[in-house]
Amino acid sequence: MQDSTTTGVGNLRIAILSGKGGTGKTIVSVNLSAVCDDSVYIDCDVEEPNGHIFLKPVISEESEIKVLMPFCNDDLCTGCRACVDFCNFNALAYVNNKIMVFEDICHSCGGCKLVCPENAISEKEKIIGKIKIGTSDNVTVITGIMNTGEESGVPIIQGLLNREFPAGTNVFIDCPPGSSCSVMESIKEADYCVLVTEPTILGLHDFKMVHELVELFNKPHGVVLNKCTASYNPSKQYCIEHDIRILAEIPYDNELGKLNSDGKIIVRESKKYRETFTELLGAVTKEVQ
Amino acid sequence: MIITMPVDGKTMNACINKSFGRTQTFLVYDTETHQNTFLANAAVNSQGGAGIQAAQFVVDQKTNAVLAPSIGKNAADVLTGAGVELYTTSDCSIQDNIAAFLDGKLEKLSEIHAGFHNHGGR
Repeated sequence: MQDSTTTGVGNLRIAILSGKGGTGKTIVSVNLSAVCDDSVYIDCDVEEPNGHIFLKPVISEESEIKVLMPFCNDDLCTGCRACVDFCNFNALAYVNNKIMVFEDICHSCGGCKLVCPENAISEKEKIIGKIKIGTSDNVTVITGIMNTGEESGVPIIQGLLNREFPAGTNVFIDCPPGSSCSVMESIKEADYCVLVTEPTILGLHDFKMVHELVELFNKPHGVVLNKCTASYNPSKQYCIEHDIRILAEIPYDNELGKLNSDGKIIVRESKKYRETFTELLGAVTKEVQ
Repeated sequence: MIITMPVDGKTMNACINKSFGRTQTFLVYDTETHQNTFLANAAVNSQGGAGIQAAQFVVDQKTNAVLAPSIGKNAADVLTGAGVELYTTSDCSIQDNIAAFLDGKLEKLSEIHAGFHNHGGR
């Protein structure tokens, strides 16, 4: 593995995504993390992070995530509207001889401050969420949590991923559902993408979307077929037809379902599934090298 | 007095448009001169913040009152911040609503919806 990550310390960054929620991203992520000797699990699903329910980390560090919001000094503002015209998101308005800032719409780009000829615009911090770091045996657990009512989790995901990781440790990125900005931010620096899907029409529909996304990002990728039964699997059929690498097939199994419902790490409880996930990890590692 | 309405065509027979921020056209009506001007809404295709941009445009027309079926929160903040009064239209007809407004029969818009934001995502 060459230094293709931003941190450049030679660890593998593996992103796990699915499009559809509930296909098994988190199960695959936490269990892959747990079968490694040393690993980092990052929960980028900042709107509803749930990896901690399985890993139950002991928290050692907590930090706030802040973004910058424009703030206008009305005494300096001459009403030229350069900022209003510049803002592509329409987060600013000029009424009653004052600039109004719509914080929910603002993307914190800082452009308004740059274009203001009077230097009337400064920036103030706004807290939008937090990051918790802890450990669960061999796994360092980093969780992003977005405050209720905030519009975008992207700055929190940047805060989760823009950090140094110990050399030689694998990093598992549990992505949010969907295929929009927050998912793109989560996979941006990944060395490999694991797509988790299920044998349903809905699962296949969203799988196609994330598959298109990883192709667009030129990310090497493979598929975990979860909840497999003896019946027809539209997702598997699609992978075969499109020559997409299948990394593992996880059965629709009572034992697995029960451990999962109890919030257990499957590989710490079941020898059989420890083997399944160890093989999956091997397959992923082999694919990247 | 200047009153402005979101409308779906450039004639006085057009209907009041249901959307404020995304309406194609605004009718700017001067109650003293009875002059009516139809102006294209620049915010119609904006990716986000259409209500804010449309409201800014309406304020810049020296509007004193807006007649609309409903208005989103951000747009309402801009309009009320500029001292524009908001009234609820009673039906589709432009003429009827202007007449009702002049007779003092239109109700003040009291329910501000949260806006139809992020359709199309970001």
